[in-house]
Amino acid sequence: MPDKKLDLLQGTLDVMVLQTLAAMGALHGYGIARRIEQASGDAVLLNQGTIYASLVRLQQRGWISAEWGTSDNNRKAKFYTITKRGRKQLANDTAYWQRLSGVMGRLFAMQDEGGGQ
Amino acid sequence: MRDALRQGLARLRAFFGKAAMDRDLDAEMSSHLAFAIEENLRRGLSPEEAARQALVRFGGVAQAKERHREARSLPALDTLLQDLRYTLRTLRRDRGFAAIAVLILALGMGANVAVFSVVNTILLRPLPFRDPQRLVWMASNRGVGGLSYVTYTVGVYEAFQRHNRSFQEVTAYQPFFGSSEYLMTGRGEPRQYTAVMVAENFFPMLGIKPVLGRLFTPEECHKGGRPAAMLSEYLWRHQFGADPSIIGRSIDLNLRPTTIVGVLPASFDFGSVFSPGARLDLFVPAVMDDIRNWGNTLAMLGRLKPGVTLAQAQAEVDVLMPQLYTAHKSEWFFDYPTAMSLLKDHVSGKLRRSLIALWSAVGLILLIVCVNLSNLLLARAAARGKEFAMRSALGAGRARVVQQLLTESLVLAGGGALLGLGIAWGITAYLARQGSIALPLLSTVRVDGAALGWTLLVAVTAAVLFGLAPGIKISGGNLQDVLKDGGHGMSAGRRHDRTRAVLVISEVALACVLLVGAGLLLRSFLHVLDVDLGFQPERAAAIQVVYDDGGKIERRGAILQEMLHRVDAIPGIQAAGIVDMLPLDRNRSWDFQAKGRVYRPGEIGAAFVYIATPGYLRAIGMQLLEGRDFTWQDTSTSERVVIINEAAARYHWPGQDPVGRIARTGGRDIKVIGVIRDVHESSVESGSGIEMYLPATQADPEGAELVVRTALPPDALASAVMHTLRKYNPLEPAAEFRTIQSIVDHATSPRRFFAMLVAIFAGLGLLLAALGIYGVISYSVSRQTQEIGVRMALGASAGRVQLAVISSTLRLALAGVAAGTLVSFAAARSIAALLFDTQPGDPLTFASIALVLSAVALLAGYLPARRASRVDPVVALRQN
Repeated sequence: MPDKKLDLLQGTLDVMVLQTLAAMGALHGYGIARRIEQASGDAVLLNQGTIYASLVRLQQRGWISAEWGTSDNNRKAKFYTITKRGRKQLANDTAYWQRLSGVMGRLFAMQDEGGGQ
Repeated sequence: MRDALRQGLARLRAFFGKAAMDRDLDAEMSSHLAFAIEENLRRGLSPEEAARQALVRFGGVAQAKERHREARSLPALDTLLQDLRYTLRTLRRDRGFAAIAVLILALGMGANVAVFSVVNTILLRPLPFRDPQRLVWMASNRGVGGLSYVTYTVGVYEAFQRHNRSFQEVTAYQPFFGSSEYLMTGRGEPRQYTAVMVAENFFPMLGIKPVLGRLFTPEECHKGGRPAAMLSEYLWRHQFGADPSIIGRSIDLNLRPTTIVGVLPASFDFGSVFSPGARLDLFVPAVMDDIRNWGNTLAMLGRLKPGVTLAQAQAEVDVLMPQLYTAHKSEWFFDYPTAMSLLKDHVSGKLRRSLIALWSAVGLILLIVCVNLSNLLLARAAARGKEFAMRSALGAGRARVVQQLLTESLVLAGGGALLGLGIAWGITAYLARQGSIALPLLSTVRVDGAALGWTLLVAVTAAVLFGLAPGIKISGGNLQDVLKDGGHGMSAGRRHDRTRAVLVISEVALACVLLVGAGLLLRSFLHVLDVDLGFQPERAAAIQVVYDDGGKIERRGAILQEMLHRVDAIPGIQAAGIVDMLPLDRNRSWDFQAKGRVYRPGEIGAAFVYIATPGYLRAIGMQLLEGRDFTWQDTSTSERVVIINEAAARYHWPGQDPVGRIARTGGRDIKVIGVIRDVHESSVESGSGIEMYLPATQADPEGAELVVRTALPPDALASAVMHTLRKYNPLEPAAEFRTIQSIVDHATSPRRFFAMLVAIFAGLGLLLAALGIYGVISYSVSRQTQEIGVRMALGASAGRVQLAVISSTLRLALAGVAAGTLVSFAAARSIAALLFDTQPGDPLTFASIALVLSAVALLAGYLPARRASRVDPVVALRQN
């Protein structure tokens, strides 16, 4: 069984994928991975292969849909788009992350104040 | 929630669509890499470097695939399948082990499922009637005594029906089946059928609906109504070829045209519920006005009103019956103190203890099977020690190893369960056909859904029981130990040896308990067979006869005398006589008292009554102690005479010679002319009641059984007797020749059934225990080959080596016997109520079981011991 840390990471990656698809429209797996890397300023160093576990999971939950198509340079690829239910989920997740980061921010600020001791 | 469900379904789809999804993923990943290489090339990298970097950024392809599978599918199921495949592969490699394990399990489970089916049918499953838990059985005289004691008159039935407040409905049937023998004529050979007279509301109250035709109408149940009959499905199928047009047709019953109005459903087997071991297939309305003067003639049952408990009904009847008696003092014999019980308890309550004992016996068998399997698996696991050490060295967790081992035991248990179900199905199908065993509902025994559930439960429990111990043992072992222990030749592995010793000891102990129980029950059964019945069943047989005396008693004597005269003349017939009821078959009672003696209230004023011709006592082998038998000179006009048994003499004329004394029965004087030795009339296991025998020329018999004593086996004379009877009376029905022994066997059949089953199970337990001992000793000998070789090289003789092995075997066996004997004392006390003439602590049984077990252990240890003594030191030492 995967341990707790991995769970969080998986969840994080799932949200990143959803957000990328929501922002960029239909994309293939490589495209999603590259977008995430670029958006994070290459701060996230992704094992790109792990994205496929995330994609199949999101697809099984009905949050994204997939279809084989052809890319600009005429290469066959599987394109993913976010579904309506995926957008709803993303909205939930966004709210959650914002709240969490707010809380974390306040927590860290508190540590700063006490840092003088 | 919906998403989770959707995902679950998708995962299940993915589990089965594995190949397609893998292909899809492969295509997707290769297009991913192509995009990456393309981009790298655009950035000016060399083709090799572009490919290398693309792969580096992608990470491990295999890991990505693995994660993809884990994310999309059911990894636990995957592991299980993997384990299953592995298990099947290893078992195929080790066919001998697999076959033995499955066979042992199948025997244990087959016995368990078969017994469960019997227990379920007789004890657990509700009766096959509507709302059976509200059906109540009523027994007069608090259920004590013969049939005449526990039944009611029509008057009592009607009064109770009218005045009680506890019951929605009260119904009755006439349980003296002999008084409703019907001769069916006009359809091939004449045949005699035993009909059951049922009250008008009998079938409706039980919720029985006909599959064809209709139930009895009120008119048919009243005096002067058109004669009507209903058939069981069995009779309809076997006698009337399942012809639906039979409804509304007329058949001749006792020479009266009778309309067949309906056929009862196949699920309704009257005999199996109300008269176990008998087939009752013909039903006629009980016309109350016709049987009003028959005395106690109705068995009563009722359906409680909703919300009324059995205790409330009992409390009501306790008050109501004396009140009704006061109101009807002139008509009622007594106040009918009634014991009520749920119909289900009446039918199967008496068997509860026996069935639970039987259930425990198969439970013990299953335990022995599990111990045996544990032993086998342990031996196998020890041999596979290195394999498991290797697996854990490669990183398999403890849980993973246990899971693998459990899968193995589940597969074995599954195989055992399948084969066991087959065995159980065979056993139940066989039992369901044993119509002669007097156990209720036996004809409906089958392996049903509940039994399947039970099988599953038993299989899983067994698998966990026998698989877990070796599993924990192995996976808990220290790697180094295992690897060292795997070495040859040393009496190493003491830890394993200890576990195995404990297993063998417990196996012997369990077998000991089983054997002691079986021994006690068998001894009881032998004692029952030894009971002096008061008549000689050997070489005596009975056949139903009919004759037409036009209901005139004065004509009966001549007819019967002539019939008996002709039968007597058949070569090989030593004695012949006619009686209306055979001992252990049916009974009824009439009032009987010594004339002039004053009886206190509560003293017995009734006797079992048998109406016989001269010669009957000799034919059935009853012994006249004093006085004389009936003669043809005892006629309807001569002095009325009676023969009594010793019990009657002791009770009514204590310390006196009863012959020549006058008794009273049916309001008339009657002279005692003889005394016979006590006869077991209603049960082999309980004593003799008070009996009287009246001449057929002076009293009205209920039916007629011709009893013959033969020089040859009775079957050899059947056709000659039949021929003679037919020549005398063309209407003689095609009846079966019943040996008197078969009637006795029928009476002892429940005990035989239980004793035999338990004995078979005990034999199985003994065999399994012997196998267990043999396996363990033989295994330890083979592991010590080198050590034995060293000893022999150092001068130990073959005899000494043998002795060492045998004595270690005996030590185990004796420890097991000692433990088993202790447990057996407790177990024996719990079955004390099932024993007959046998003490629960019967020293002979205990001693012989201990001896048998030790002897079997000795034999099981001797074979490996002999092998050990033949070890060639040179060969043994060279083995490494």
